[in-house]
Amino acid sequence: MSDRFVAEHPPPDVAGSPDRGRSWGGSAIVGATIIGVIVFTALVSFVWTPHDPLLVQGAARLQGASSEFWFGTDRFGRDVFSRLMMGARTALFVGVVAVSLAGLVGTPLGILMGMAPRWLSQLFLRTNDLLLAFPALLLAIMFGAVYGASTFTAMIAIGIATIPVFARVARSGTLQVLSSEYVLAARSAGRSRPAIALRHVLPNIGGLVIVQASVSFAIAVLAEAALSFLGFGTQPPTPSWGRMLQEAQELVAVAPMQAVWPGLAIAAAVLGFNLLGDGLRDRFDPRLDDSR
Amino acid sequence: MTAAEPFATPDGPDVLRVSGLHVGTGRDTLVEDVSFSVGPGERVGLIGESGSGKSLTALAIMGLLADELHASGDVRLRGVDHELLTAGEAERSALRGDTMSMVFQEPMTALNPLMRVERQIAEVLLIHGTRRERAAAAAAARDLLAAVDLPDPERIARRYPHQLSGGQRQRVMLAIALANGPELLICDEPTTALDVTVQAQMLRLIVDGVADRDAALLFISHDLAVVATVCDRVLVMYGGRIVEAGEVRQLLTRPQHPYTQGLLAASDLEAVDALGHLPTIEGSVPPGGRFPDGCVFRNRCPRGDERCTTWPGWTGTERSGYACWYPIGSAHG
Repeated sequence: MSDRFVAEHPPPDVAGSPDRGRSWGGSAIVGATIIGVIVFTALVSFVWTPHDPLLVQGAARLQGASSEFWFGTDRFGRDVFSRLMMGARTALFVGVVAVSLAGLVGTPLGILMGMAPRWLSQLFLRTNDLLLAFPALLLAIMFGAVYGASTFTAMIAIGIATIPVFARVARSGTLQVLSSEYVLAARSAGRSRPAIALRHVLPNIGGLVIVQASVSFAIAVLAEAALSFLGFGTQPPTPSWGRMLQEAQELVAVAPMQAVWPGLAIAAAVLGFNLLGDGLRDRFDPRLDDSR
Repeated sequence: MTAAEPFATPDGPDVLRVSGLHVGTGRDTLVEDVSFSVGPGERVGLIGESGSGKSLTALAIMGLLADELHASGDVRLRGVDHELLTAGEAERSALRGDTMSMVFQEPMTALNPLMRVERQIAEVLLIHGTRRERAAAAAAARDLLAAVDLPDPERIARRYPHQLSGGQRQRVMLAIALANGPELLICDEPTTALDVTVQAQMLRLIVDGVADRDAALLFISHDLAVVATVCDRVLVMYGGRIVEAGEVRQLLTRPQHPYTQGLLAASDLEAVDALGHLPTIEGSVPPGGRFPDGCVFRNRCPRGDERCTTWPGWTGTERSGYACWYPIGSAHG
């Protein structure tokens, strides 16, 4: 068997093996870079911003970009660049909490249901689909109406609404792992069901869950911006990209750039997480092996 | 093989005793009235084409049938007071990997891709309490790797499954299966996926492994040559039933059932018909549950007639016998 034959007929890849001999794709690197910049900005905002993002300066209202105010000032004379930096914190915080909540509840739920008897699993799937159809924004607005609009209620609502997404992904991944021969072999070695869930299923669906987390993060950031834009999310004076967009909207004829900056920030964050999710999926999903 | 004939093995009580095993989906019957036993140190082969119910029989014994399949009958293991098919999942998983264990056909997928080899072996020792501490289990795992002739067990132990060849993985599987010194080892086509050169070595390891522990071996294969090398006794399965049983030499030289004869003829690579084709058994195995009434082999049998529309029943003893109206030795046909 010549080297050429081997090169043309590579051995089949085993799903999820740690060394796939595969490089990270371009989209994952671009996505990770964008997110890296946003995370770095958010961290820096804790110790330094060009100006106090909350300081109202009546004399410096609605200024254009200058060496003093890099992205100009809003109608209260607050520095837009500083507010964008601090807004990154809000966006990431909401994303982390919402996605963690959804992942930590949804993943075990999905695994549990994947291992449940068929009828229970089916019942769960239908219920889950029903919840999946319920819009996150509507739930968040209801939460806001009941518990008062705040960043906290927004991220909890987004998190709860995302639970079914993780549950569905984890369930289908679990079914796939359970049908694998190594689970049968593990059972033939006397492994109990909880141990199989923990030692075999969870590590082997990890890739799927990480990809889903990345995509859900983008959706959570966007949802927070949308809620804040509508007034159901982050409350003034705390800066949030969605809120900034909403404030800029009234003045779009006077100071159009005010709307551009937060809009760009939201777009960049969503793009970054989606690219990263795509890149991770390319790496973790064996079905895409030959298509690239 | 209707009523289980009472008999005694020379070496005391059987390790495995299966009586009247049925496996079905509720609509279709896939394994019907299978009875056999395996004594200590005895190596029994289970042969037949794909779809004849060999693997289902093994999985039923292990209690690993898929949820939609149901097994009934009586399966007993030496030293276990309760019947296995009706036992709870906890009781059965306590036996699996300890008193009875299994090696599967496909070594490429039978190991968890994300766990190091050492840990996968060590776990089976820890689960059943053969070793109490992790370090002791890890050391025992390396000994087991050495026992299945893996060179440099220290290095192999630290590897992930994808870093091993098929033959190496299958030896790891055997090490796991033998780890707790089982009374019964079931091998389901353990060498089918391996190169011929590796096959012989693997077979020797299996035979030595069960001999060292005086364990019973149930060896599933469709390869007559492999079964002839490994086993003392053979059960021939077709259509979910055992159609013939006997000592390996006797069964391979003087088959009674036309199906066994067909299998033997098909394995003879020197025999050719007038057109130079290798002999085959006419037709193909019907899908599960679609076997004819009466004798399951009726529609492919060269000797069958209207009498075969009723199941012929078992002739002979459980250790050596056949289910056929017109056995090869008879004048018919």
